[in-house]
Amino acid sequence: MSEAVQTLGVLGTRASELLMKMLMIRAFEETAEELYMLGKTHGTMHLSIGQEATAVGASAALKEGDYLLNTHRGHGHCLAWFGGDADAMMAEFLGKETGYCRGRGGSMHIANVDTNNLGANGIVGGGIPISTGVGLSIQLRNTDQVCLTVFGDGASNEGAFHESLNMASIWKLPVIYFCENNQYAMSMPIQKGAAIDRISKRADSYSMPGVTVDGNDVLAVYEAVCKAAIHARAGNGPTLIEALTYRHKGHSRSDKQAYRTRDEVLEWQRQDPIRRWADQMGLSAAELDALKTQAQQQIAKSVAFAEASPEPNLDSIMDGVYA
Amino acid sequence: MRELTYVEALKEALRQKMHADPRVFLFGEDIGVYGGAFGVTAGLQQEFGPARVRDTPISEAAIAGLAVGAAVTGMRPVGEIQFMDFVTLSMEQLVLQGAKMRYMFGGKATVPLVLRMPAGGGTGAAAQHSESLENWFVHVPGLKVVMPSNPYDAKGLLIAAIEDMNPVIFIEHKLLYKMKGDVPEDMYTVPLSNTRIVREGKHLTVVATSLMVSRALEAANTLAQDGIEIEVIDPRTLSPLDDAPIFESVKKTGKALIVHEACQNGGFGGEVVARIAGSAAFDYLEAPIKRLAGLDIPMPYNRELERAAIPQVEDIVREARKLAGGKY
Repeated sequence: MSEAVQTLGVLGTRASELLMKMLMIRAFEETAEELYMLGKTHGTMHLSIGQEATAVGASAALKEGDYLLNTHRGHGHCLAWFGGDADAMMAEFLGKETGYCRGRGGSMHIANVDTNNLGANGIVGGGIPISTGVGLSIQLRNTDQVCLTVFGDGASNEGAFHESLNMASIWKLPVIYFCENNQYAMSMPIQKGAAIDRISKRADSYSMPGVTVDGNDVLAVYEAVCKAAIHARAGNGPTLIEALTYRHKGHSRSDKQAYRTRDEVLEWQRQDPIRRWADQMGLSAAELDALKTQAQQQIAKSVAFAEASPEPNLDSIMDGVYA
Repeated sequence: MRELTYVEALKEALRQKMHADPRVFLFGEDIGVYGGAFGVTAGLQQEFGPARVRDTPISEAAIAGLAVGAAVTGMRPVGEIQFMDFVTLSMEQLVLQGAKMRYMFGGKATVPLVLRMPAGGGTGAAAQHSESLENWFVHVPGLKVVMPSNPYDAKGLLIAAIEDMNPVIFIEHKLLYKMKGDVPEDMYTVPLSNTRIVREGKHLTVVATSLMVSRALEAANTLAQDGIEIEVIDPRTLSPLDDAPIFESVKKTGKALIVHEACQNGGFGGEVVARIAGSAAFDYLEAPIKRLAGLDIPMPYNRELERAAIPQVEDIVREARKLAGGKY
């Protein structure tokens, strides 16, 4: 076993658990794409294939009872989060009554309030101000929880980002602002969309720690989030983490990817976080393939569960508008 | 009974709920030492401390986000937007997040927040400090919209809003802040979605909101001298609207006038007109349903222009007299 895996320390035997979670996310999304192609679902979806290490590394560093605010590209975080259930996710993806949101939310709004997963979000940066409120709530209730809020590079250009980070810093709220910089805000490269080369530098404006990590290295992500969580739980306030990563697929189903080159995609595919972690663990190609198959079989069961599940009853269409 | 101003009634509601429920906390721009732009929170920071009566930076999007995030995690946030105009900067968090969260998540989240904000003109503050944007929120499923028209309702509705498990937009009127009225000392509620018949009358139904309720009552006194008895109805909660009392009134009077300060185009009056026209009260109508609303212009600064842009007592008297007299 490599040095990197050994330095996991507290993780120890969790190395293979992290790998399996990444494989489950990959299998979920590849299957979701197939289902879409087969016309078994509608709308759109945002695949995080290639970004699995950010989701798995971040949630591995947190504790049950912490909070998650997620992005539109959120399947990975939802599966990696505490109690993340591929059956309920797949059922939601197919719009079924047994889904996390009873088929009302779909791919872009999957939430599990019972485990403090406060939802994926259809609005870029939409979760950022909410997480500041969650941070204040934690502080007022005087618990040792933290709130992880995930957003993309594009969201860091929203005004709400500025308002929220400033507010969280003046009050030292226990929020981890976790930016998945996957290089493109839909088609806008970050180099053209931001007047700064590292999004983490924006932390300086809010007097909070800012760090950029290799987002395709699950261990680097884990360590950065651990550090931010310790900082937050000690009452020292928020951290801005920038995890550099890449989405192998387009922004959404309609993306023809005219804004990037095939070579660029291939270069990032060589940095595939799953293969990198398997290599660090010292797994052979055959061993990795066996685990992949295992994950695919699990997800196939989720599809079977979802397909056998009932559609929402039309009579229930007004449920849940008001409490 | 003891008299309080509208401001004092609101403050008493906040103070009593903060004593009764440790989850309740206040936040907004200049609500602490300054006491809020209109004094509603004056003294509360001294009483409850800066953590529970919290001054925020000028960040209306984040203020709304604070409310949503704290509410969905078990607190009872009560935020203040300094002028209703500024809530335009909070719309995403309120409309796309707070209002939809429960439904989008399959009915599994609750978002019990209150956002208070002063609306209305008549203060000489011109186009960006005089807005009445209530119907923007009426149009959003998941939100409740409350507009108290007097001190008694201000206290009782605010307590009910804080106790409600949904996001509530609580719209105060700047010209009502100094209005005095009877306010009980106990922690009572005025239920949401409970339309009130303020004055009974047989010739014409006048549905009025917020400041327009007291103006309609003043108009009613003038009209009564001519033998015209108008029935004044205050919905108090604009959404979800308790419309049955309006229909019953129109069945009795056969005529209806809707009065609000917000501009007419796309305003709340149109919704009331449509509901009356689509109800069993339609058969009883003896005249077209009419609206009297603010002019469809940005609020002008000049004193006389501003006055002309907002329905005044004499405007209500004139329109009511015409309608009651069969001229329209």
